[in-house]
This record gives sequence, structure tokens and C-alpha cells, in this order.
Amino acid sequence: MSERLLDIRDLEVIYKTDLETVHAVNGVNLHLEKGKTLGLVGETGAGKTTTALSILCLLPERTARVKGEIFFEGKDLLKMKEYELRDIRGEKISMIFQDPMTSLNPIMTVGSQIGEALALHNEQNRTKEQIEKRVEEVLEMVGIPASRKKDYPHQFSGGMKQRVVIAIALACEPDLLIADEPTTALDVTIQAQVLAMMNELRERLQTSLIMITHDLGIVAQTCDDVAVMYAGEIIECGSAYEVFTGEKHHPYTEGLFGSIPNLEVDSARLSPIEGLMPDPTNLPEGCKFSPRCPKCMDICRSVSPSEYVEGGHRISCHLFNKEEAK
Amino acid sequence: MYKYVVKRLLFTIPVLIGVTFIVFTIMALTPGDPGRMILGQAAKQEAVAQLNHELGYDRPFFTRFFEYLKDIVTKLDFGESYRTRKPVFDEIWAKFPHTFKLAVFSIIFSSLIGVSLGILSAVKQYTFIDTFSTVMAMFFAAIPGFWLGMMLIYFFSLRFGLLPSSGIDSWQGFILPIVTLTLSGSASLLRLTRSTMLETIRADYIRTARAKGATQKIVIWRHALKNALLPVITVLGMQFGGLLGGAVITESVFAIPGLGNHIVSAIRQKDVPVVMAGSLFLAALFCLVMLAVDLLYAFIDPRIKAKYSR
Repeated sequence: MSERLLDIRDLEVIYKTDLETVHAVNGVNLHLEKGKTLGLVGETGAGKTTTALSILCLLPERTARVKGEIFFEGKDLLKMKEYELRDIRGEKISMIFQDPMTSLNPIMTVGSQIGEALALHNEQNRTKEQIEKRVEEVLEMVGIPASRKKDYPHQFSGGMKQRVVIAIALACEPDLLIADEPTTALDVTIQAQVLAMMNELRERLQTSLIMITHDLGIVAQTCDDVAVMYAGEIIECGSAYEVFTGEKHHPYTEGLFGSIPNLEVDSARLSPIEGLMPDPTNLPEGCKFSPRCPKCMDICRSVSPSEYVEGGHRISCHLFNKEEAK
Repeated sequence: MYKYVVKRLLFTIPVLIGVTFIVFTIMALTPGDPGRMILGQAAKQEAVAQLNHELGYDRPFFTRFFEYLKDIVTKLDFGESYRTRKPVFDEIWAKFPHTFKLAVFSIIFSSLIGVSLGILSAVKQYTFIDTFSTVMAMFFAAIPGFWLGMMLIYFFSLRFGLLPSSGIDSWQGFILPIVTLTLSGSASLLRLTRSTMLETIRADYIRTARAKGATQKIVIWRHALKNALLPVITVLGMQFGGLLGGAVITESVFAIPGLGNHIVSAIRQKDVPVVMAGSLFLAALFCLVMLAVDLLYAFIDPRIKAKYSR
């Protein structure tokens, strides 16, 4: 087994306000090896973005309570001082944000926004000209003519803005890249372009990647490992091969795959997972998926399932722990 | 950009004509005629009628209005004050510098205090300094200017005898009025700056900046401040315009011979040319200030600049 770049242990995030307490992430364990890609899949509100932001320690300070450990290159990010984190953000770990429309500063040129990351982490002592040159390089790399570095975000289309966001994240050639639904805001043709570009860059720069998405197609295309998130928990994880083709699955994962329309089978209706994600201010007891689960048993409503492990494939479900179910 | 400025300057012409018409109408609708005002209650009716005829007051409204416009456009003649018989602008130019000084200094001080404290309380939200400055701001925004002025006079002039209570014989005379205007002005600026700044530092692009590893200082100064200041600049411009137009109450509390005081007394005595010229002058100034604000906007925000050059 190669070296673990990122190791998240028992991560718990609670948003606490005067009005309510939101249990966004409940005991997440994840790890990522160097050069690999991890797909983080789940519905809106499953806690994917919160998990990602806690890696960078960018959660709102006042409301978010974070527990657990996040080891990056052997050091716990959650115990680091602000100045230590600043050296890691952008330089070693960077993030591609979800919404390209609002993720860029409207009053700064895209060139200066890309160059800023370079200037902040200037270990190679680049001169201003060298930084400018690197900005041009990065822009060309994401498929934007270097001549446009003096333009402002409003002069770019949505897809182009997303490329700029990616360029900012890649400028310093980070060891770990977190892509938070990098293609959700884009239309399909641009999606394919952006994904192909990210794949190519990843291969060239040997960057590890966490791909947050709710699109299983993207996962199949890009990821080595997959973790399925539901109501702040990882309910199933394993290699992409195991999760996509294995025999045993969490009922939620089955539901996710089941809701993809099949071209070969002629069906009039889509088959969605019935019901809604539980309210994170008031999570159900036992298995969080039990209220929606078609295979729900009595035990599911009272006892949280332990993990069923088969090689690297882990499933949190009572179905596979027969001894427990008895 | 250049085209935009010319266009905006041309736009001020209809605005000014509109202002002229409205003020002219109001002056015509208010009771009392200038002849009686000038000659006093004891004068004979014939003399009053004679004077009104000389002033043209016996002619129809629209004839008078267009006559007035014609004089302005062709001869740049705004008439003479009924009271002093001097050209109106002689008086306006004499009074305006006092008002201008008052407005400029109080807007400078209130933006310095209001904006910087606003930023500070947003960045340090929910800390002591935030609570303290918000409460102070609420306090000073709620206090009426005349009362604040009188209290300042009471303490600093009467009790301690540090500063003159009225007049502008020396520069010290300006201190209390400027303090009065600054306190209430900075209070509202503080509250506005705080709220726009709070909104801005929660924006996605601020998170992007933090994710790059930017320090708090860079995040605030380079990324948040300019974005947060856009609405503040608009309000600042309006406040400045308002102050030029007359911190009338403050001027009268401190007996400053400024433009606001001048126009108010002209209204009382139905000195129509002075009221007309004064209002026109203020309207023109206000238009210029707002134009400056909009240009400043374009200077800060490239999206607006792009709109202007279309």
C-alpha cells in the first residue's frame, strides 16, 4: 500500500446557531493515497462540501464545531495554527469551488487572481515577470488565451469562469486538489471538456484529487476510489470497481444506481429513491437511511449499523452483518 | 467613458429645468406677494400694486416662468434679491464657502470614522468593539442634530468655555458644528459599512481568496473592501449633497451665515429670486456630486465601467 496523503478520522462537524444545531458531518473516515482520485458521491446536503471545507479549515469559525482528525502528510490539519494553514492552503491543498459565477472576485482581473496564489506561496522566489509568465502558462493550460489575463470575470462565460477557477487552484501545482462539483454549473459539452482537462492535468502533475459530485458518470470516468455519503456519513466506500460492480451494496447505493435511466430497458418512468434526506437538525435513530430504505428491518430503526468489510470495500448496513441482525 | 460624462452632463439640463419649474410653482402657490413683503404691512395698497407691477407679478404664471428661464439662458441673469437689491449670486458666493467648508470637513471626518469603524466591527463581529460601536452608532443616529448641537454648546461653550458657541469669527467656531454633523453622519455610515462588509466577507470569492492561503489582511483590504464600499460611496455622495444643500438646522443652531440659513430666510421673506437661484445652484451641485459618485463607481467596478463605455 502506498503512502496515505490524506487521512480523515472520525470527522464530525456541527453547525450550531442560536436557533438550531445542524449535524452536517457525523463520523466520517476517509483516506486518499498519493496520485489517486477519490470520488465523494451523495445527494445535495449529504455533507460533501462541509467535509471538503473542513480539510482546508475554511468552515465558518463562529458556527461550525469540528471534531476528529484530518492528517495531511502525517500532520493534523485541525490542530494547526492559522499561519501554518495558510502555507498549506493554495500551495499544497487547493480547492475548485462549486459555483464559478460567484467564486471569482468581480473587481479583480483574472490574471491577478491567479497570480495572487503564486505570489503568496513564492518559494521559488519568482520575480514579477516570472509570475506573470506562469499566469499565462496556467491560463493556456486550461484553454484560455493568455491575452485574456487582463480581463475581468464578467467578460467570461460560465464555462470559461470555471476554467479560471480551476487555473487558480492549479497555479501552485498542489499535492491535493479538491474539486467541489466542478462541472455542476456547466452544460454537458463544456463538462466533458473540463473533465478531460482535469484528467490530463492530474496525470501530468501527479496530483491527488477528491472529486465531489452527484454524477455517477463522472465518478466512473475519473475515480479510483469511491465514497458514498448520506446524511453526513460514509455509508459505502471502496474502489470504483468494487462499488460499481460488487455484489453487495448499501441499499442507498443501489437506489442511486437504480435512479439512472437505463437505455436498454424500456421503462416509462424513472425510479427515484422515495422520500427526502433526513433533516440534519433532527436525524433519525439507528441507520440514517432507514426511513427511506426498502429493505429496512427492525434493528435499523434503533441501532446504528457497524461496518461490513470485504477487502477494501466497506458498507455500513445491517443487511450484511447477519450475526448482529439476529 | 468620455461620452458617458457628456451624456450625463446633458442630462442635468432637464433635471435643472424641472427643479426650476417645481420651485417656481411652489413659490407662486404660497400665499403673500413680494410687493407686500418688501414694503411691509403699513404700506399703501397702490404702492404695493405698483411694485408688483414693476417686478412683473401681475402677469400670468407661465409668462413669468419663461421670462425667468429666458433671462437665465440668454443673459445668465438670475435676478436681484428683493431685499438687498444685489445680484443673487453675489450673496450665494459670499455664503457658500462657509457651508462648503462645513460639508467637506464633516463628510471627511464622518467617512474616516464611520467607514473605518464599520469595517472594524464587521471584521470583529460580535466582539466588544463591534457591540460598542454599533450601540454608539445607534445612539448618535437617533439623536436629533439640534439637540446634539445644543448639548455641545452647553458643555463646551458654557460650562467649560473651550469653544465659541456661535459664529465663525475664528476657525474654532467650525469645530462644534462639524462635530455635530460628523457624529450623526458617521453613525449611519458605520451601520451601512458594517452591513455591506459583513455581506461581502461571506461571499464565495472571499472564500476563494482564503483558500489560496491569503492572510486576513489581504482578504480584507484587497478582496473585500472595494466590493463592500460600492454602496457606501453612493450614500456618502448623497450625504455630501445633503450637507451642501443645507445643514440648515446645524447652521441655525450655531448661527453660521451659510447657504442653508440664507435660503431659509429668503423663503420666509418671499425673496423669490434668491430662493430660485439657491435651489438651482444646489440642484446643480447635487447633480455634479452624483456624477462624481458614478464615475468613482466605474473606477472601482469594471462591470460598471463596461456599461458606461457602451
